[in-house]
Amino acid sequence: MPRLSAEARHRVAFQLNGRPVAAEAEPRMLLTDFLRHTLGMTGTHVGCEHGVCGACTVQIDGVPARACLTLAVQIEGAQVRTVEGLGPEPGRLSVLQEAFRRHHALQCGFCTAGILMSLDYYLRANPDPGEAALREFLGGHLCRCTGYVPILAAALDAARRLREPPPHA
Amino acid sequence: MKPARFDYVRAETLAQVHAVLAAEGGDARVIAGGQTLLPMLSMRLARPKVVVDIMRLPELAEIAGDGENIRIGAAVTQQQLLAWPELARTVPLLAAALPWVGHAQTRSRGTVCGSLAHADPSAEIPLALLALEGTLELSSRRRRRVPAAQFFTGLMSTARADDEMIEAAIFPCRRAGHGYAFQEFGRRHGDFAIVACAAVAHARGIRLAVGGVADRPIARDYSDIDGAALDDALDEFAWQLDARDDLHATASYRRGLVRRLGRATIEEARRCRA
Amino acid sequence: MPQAPKNAAGINEKHIGKRQRMTATAASWIGQSIERVEDAALLSGRGRFIDDLGVRPGTLHAAILRSQHAHAAIRAIRADTARQAPGVAVVLTGRDVASLSASLAVGVKAPIECWPIALDRVRYVGEPVAVVVAADRYLAEDALDLIEIDYDPLPAIVDPLAALDPAQPPLHDGLGSNIANDRSFCYGDPERAFSEAARRVSVSIHYPRNSCTPIETYGLIAEYDPGEQAYDVLANFMGPFSLHSVMARALKVPGNRLRLRTPPDSGGSFGIKQGLFPYIVLIAVAARAAGKPVKWIEDRLEHLAASVSATNRATKLDAAVDADGRVRALAWDQIEDVGAHIRAPEPATLYRMHGVLTGAYDIRHVSVRNRVVLTNKTPTGLNRGFGGPQVYYALERLMQRIAVELKLDPIDVIRRNLVPADAFPYRTATGGLLDSGNYAHTVDIALADGGYADLRKRCERARAEGRIYGIGSVAVVEPSVSNMGYITTVLTPQERRRAGPKNGAHATATVALDPLGSVSVHVASVPQGQGHRTVLAQIVADALGLTPADIRVVAELDTGRDAWSIASGNYSSRFAGAVGGAAHLAAMKLKAKLQRIAAAQLNVPVGEIEFAGGRVHARGNPDNAVSFTRVAAASHWSPGTQADGDHALRETVFWTPPELTAPTEDDGINSSLCYGFIFDFCGVEIDRVTGAVRIDKYVTMHDCGRVLHPAMVAGQITGGFAHAVGAALYEEYAYASDGSFLTGTFADYLVPTTMEVPALTILHVETPSPFTPLGAKGVGEGNCMSTPVCLANAVADALGIAEINLPMTPAKLAAHVHPAEGAPRRAQNVPATKPFAGRRLHGSGSADVKAAPEAVWRMLLDPGTLAAIIPGCHGVEKLSDTHFRAAVTLGVGPVSGRYSAEIILSQLVPPKSVTLTGSVTGALGDGRGAGRIALAASEQGGTRISYDYDAEIGGKVASVAGRLLDGATRLVIRQFFEALARHAGGAARTGLFARLRAIFRRRP
Ligand code: FES
Ligand code: FES
Repeated sequence: MPRLSAEARHRVAFQLNGRPVAAEAEPRMLLTDFLRHTLGMTGTHVGCEHGVCGACTVQIDGVPARACLTLAVQIEGAQVRTVEGLGPEPGRLSVLQEAFRRHHALQCGFCTAGILMSLDYYLRANPDPGEAALREFLGGHLCRCTGYVPILAAALDAARRLREPPPHA
Repeated sequence: MKPARFDYVRAETLAQVHAVLAAEGGDARVIAGGQTLLPMLSMRLARPKVVVDIMRLPELAEIAGDGENIRIGAAVTQQQLLAWPELARTVPLLAAALPWVGHAQTRSRGTVCGSLAHADPSAEIPLALLALEGTLELSSRRRRRVPAAQFFTGLMSTARADDEMIEAAIFPCRRAGHGYAFQEFGRRHGDFAIVACAAVAHARGIRLAVGGVADRPIARDYSDIDGAALDDALDEFAWQLDARDDLHATASYRRGLVRRLGRATIEEARRCRA
Repeated sequence: MPQAPKNAAGINEKHIGKRQRMTATAASWIGQSIERVEDAALLSGRGRFIDDLGVRPGTLHAAILRSQHAHAAIRAIRADTARQAPGVAVVLTGRDVASLSASLAVGVKAPIECWPIALDRVRYVGEPVAVVVAADRYLAEDALDLIEIDYDPLPAIVDPLAALDPAQPPLHDGLGSNIANDRSFCYGDPERAFSEAARRVSVSIHYPRNSCTPIETYGLIAEYDPGEQAYDVLANFMGPFSLHSVMARALKVPGNRLRLRTPPDSGGSFGIKQGLFPYIVLIAVAARAAGKPVKWIEDRLEHLAASVSATNRATKLDAAVDADGRVRALAWDQIEDVGAHIRAPEPATLYRMHGVLTGAYDIRHVSVRNRVVLTNKTPTGLNRGFGGPQVYYALERLMQRIAVELKLDPIDVIRRNLVPADAFPYRTATGGLLDSGNYAHTVDIALADGGYADLRKRCERARAEGRIYGIGSVAVVEPSVSNMGYITTVLTPQERRRAGPKNGAHATATVALDPLGSVSVHVASVPQGQGHRTVLAQIVADALGLTPADIRVVAELDTGRDAWSIASGNYSSRFAGAVGGAAHLAAMKLKAKLQRIAAAQLNVPVGEIEFAGGRVHARGNPDNAVSFTRVAAASHWSPGTQADGDHALRETVFWTPPELTAPTEDDGINSSLCYGFIFDFCGVEIDRVTGAVRIDKYVTMHDCGRVLHPAMVAGQITGGFAHAVGAALYEEYAYASDGSFLTGTFADYLVPTTMEVPALTILHVETPSPFTPLGAKGVGEGNCMSTPVCLANAVADALGIAEINLPMTPAKLAAHVHPAEGAPRRAQNVPATKPFAGRRLHGSGSADVKAAPEAVWRMLLDPGTLAAIIPGCHGVEKLSDTHFRAAVTLGVGPVSGRYSAEIILSQLVPPKSVTLTGSVTGALGDGRGAGRIALAASEQGGTRISYDYDAEIGGKVASVAGRLLDGATRLVIRQFFEALARHAGGAARTGLFARLRAIFRRRP
């Protein structure tokens, strides 16, 4: 039976933004620390470490999840996606990211990665969300800068563009 | 805010889980989605010696229905259940209660049975299970079923023995001629309920379960009363829940909500029945 | 050509950012909502926040042990085990820190000290007591668990009014009482105005503590070079850099030996990251002791308990009012609770508004009494709105009360008192100089464009349907660009004379050209997410005929290298008015030199040189032109061809407005440079079932002078509004009566989400400020001042109540909607619950056992039996016949911790009754309690044991699991009696348990 002892570090192998990675972690290491400090993926932020703020939200096996409520050892073999993997290629932004920029849906940008990872999932599952449903879904994130209004506008705009790509895109 | 050290077992069989629990008892903690356990670990409120991950056991990942009940395995997430196309038809009360559980971003990993195991007095899933008179399947080297009413024994305390795990929760399916309703009030959406009510209306009467007030969800059954008789019954229920003041609400406010929200929930359940 | 929206409708439209290339021909970049230069990196995970930056190899990590007590003497700290723990480099206590540093300077004249760590006494929950420096944060926290501290708890003062009591022992021995400062002011002749007025209207307010809690917490990396005796600190500190002096003094080094740098990105601040400065001192000292760089990232629990917050304030405000609602005089009595220390820059919160205590109104007579008190709470500091929310909550509640009591329309009362349009610049009674505006006209536009008449109809309809609906309105002026001298108003004129005048507010900006002729800008504004770099690029692009994309702006600050002064930093909404203006002036200075160089190159008079489209040309002859970069590079490549003073390389401007003068001899103070005007109105509905407030409509009208970037202005307003909704309805840093902190997690401190923050209507008029280079005023804080009280006015209107304090929780409001609860309708055994007093818990129960009272009595007094029945007991030590000590593990569900417990038995009446007094202490918290146990003989020779207890629990469990504490206590006590009952040969039936059984039995 695979029992990983508390004091030792153990190899954790998984897919990160579509590529295989492996690194070592103690059983107690949080996925946030593992991503940020072991793997250098600092785009995922930490705002509370108790699952409320949503800043650390990543996608694990295709669904949004709090990295701070996940142990690194739990993601062995999983597919993890972070904000670094959101753009179509380095230096380019996705439709959703562009909508955020256009609508000024971020100020300090600290909460943003988590919100993007949530919305990226949600807009794929619900291409035509109503504002009420979107509000409820985004209720799992705290943003202290924007007052949320531009985030909702950006999400609705991105949804529209993803449904019907503009003719001259 | 980092957890203290613990061993981690990535269980591959139920027998392994049982073996660890038998050996370590209260020093072991089962982890499924970890949505409640992780903050406790990080705040060092909980310091288990070993954490047993059950999410890789395929036998726990099933939602199975036989027309009478649905059986939800311990690795089924709240999101998976919510997305199960049969849910609204088979267990409408659960379909109504689940969107109140945390947020989409925690339901994605939080499990149905994890919420039952944790037995938070404000949690929606224990309340729904109690309202529907469901059961829990506990297993160790032996196996037993415990009705919800006997499972929740107090604040975050259950009838689960230290060497047992919850293997599945069993929710009775919708019955013909029954109406179901769920209502909740919290400070913000997704917060712990200040008062949550689940009601079942049927030909002989009503069953009302209330969460967020006592140290566990509590249910009562009434004959088909209404008007002043129902007011009296709700008032009595409200007082008997032994509400306490806390930061978010006074005891008196909670009792008031039990009366008003309880009535509204019962009325909604009756409408659904009709 | 795109235009900056100039009016209401424009701003209210969606702010779709415009791409720069589409508007390359714009005459003015200022006023356009261009996309931000900051965003591409932030959106793709390439931000550079403090915790994202690499550290030097060998950097160690700090964790801080904090007080669980609101007030206690430290008897002993045992840290030897922690020092030996794996990976630990050093453990510092207060004494170690004191030996390497000095107390932080205190803002009032009093012989008191303020350390970043407790020395021999803790004065608030969360106060640092020890610092562990270890190889990583996990190991550092492991070592924290090994430190043992003996405390002698002292009574805590929580209520600021209680702090006035001279009988209370002072929290600081250097003070004779807990009143740290008491000043009275008189402007005009308020006494006469009150005696002559038709009416006196009063309000009494308790403004709560709240905090804007940025999503990124504090963080810093500190290093000490013993060779140069110099500290180098990288921290997400936001200023004001006047605190740099405080830190350098505390570290006992000259200013040039504390090099303070900020990271490129900061995850929000709203004032809060000012409060990082004591930690800079603390961790810098730790780095010195460790001989290695030390990094510390605050966690959220630390942040909520022990960063800074707004002050809570008790205010009584009276108005002398004419029959038509005209206010003749105000009398302020403010009691400011700054917590356990007067930490710089406090008591600034109390004085920031001093020049505008009359708000937007023309009121000539004002008396003020300001008292600053100390309590056992976390020291306060900057928080968005900074003094404004506290002042306007009182002033605008008062204006509404005037309307109600005089049966006037609230809008009329506001209108009647506004500063008239022809009075600007208007000198307020208390010394403020309102720069510009047309308040009455602005109100009219807001009412018309915001749909006030419709709202009134909506309200009438709702009320006709039996719904609980109300309307609120407020008018406020929003100060920006603080006068560094306002805080000295706390001193008497005499003290000020001795200390020397303090005034002004230097903003700095540098515009530089490199050898390829491209333009860089540097400012000391330390942005916290507001998009300063984008706006500065717009401003400089306009000055030099370039596009924002041509400009590169660096906004991180390095005190060892950059231009800065004490006013530098990101606070008092000073960016648009002061920093943007300074950048404009620096660019214009550089432009003047470039004009001279270009004049020589193009052979035309200097006055005819123009900049546009990346070229420099002769007026009227666009063909006689040279590229901007060529002119801009000239001073690098051919300095010999220009006169010495004409080299265009780099211009730094230090700008301070002359209007910001020191307090006058009669205490007049122009506390800020600019004053925007805000008029808000709203409609709210209160749910009859739950008492919850729903914001149905909210309109906010702003005159913030010239708008530099409409979308960012909208962002500031919307963001401020969200904070205000939180403050109004959800947020409070709550303390129990014993000083326990109750809102230690984001599940207890309720920050509004998308579900709670409605969309709002934003309207604008623009009256440029005559005092700032670009005519802009600050806009970041206004809604934190106007919105809470606007919502409160609406709630008061809906419920018809005179008194309402924040946060307006459903439980509070429901008490006004529903009649007071009567007795239970059916007589039953209802437990007596005592009112909520924070963590004071009360309970009772009973159990029937088979053993006789005498036998039970013996068990209670026998250590062996106690060991068996005390939940989780590892052994009982008998100190005397009636005094026991035990080591216990207490747990509820997965939560468990080890405690040491002391139990004293008293008032023994064998075998009838005994009082058990006990205390437990452990890493998760501490508790004290007393219980009376009574034994009565029952039938068949058994015993009925009944008990009654009061307990008080503090520490970590109280702040992070308060919701569950009562239940947990009941559970543990029940476990005790169940065990006792089992031991005594019977099943226990505690009170609650028995009642529940009864409930189940009653099922049909
Ligand atoms: S850091 Fe994970 S939810 Fe806040
Ligand atoms: S943009 Fe700063 S917290 Fe959301």
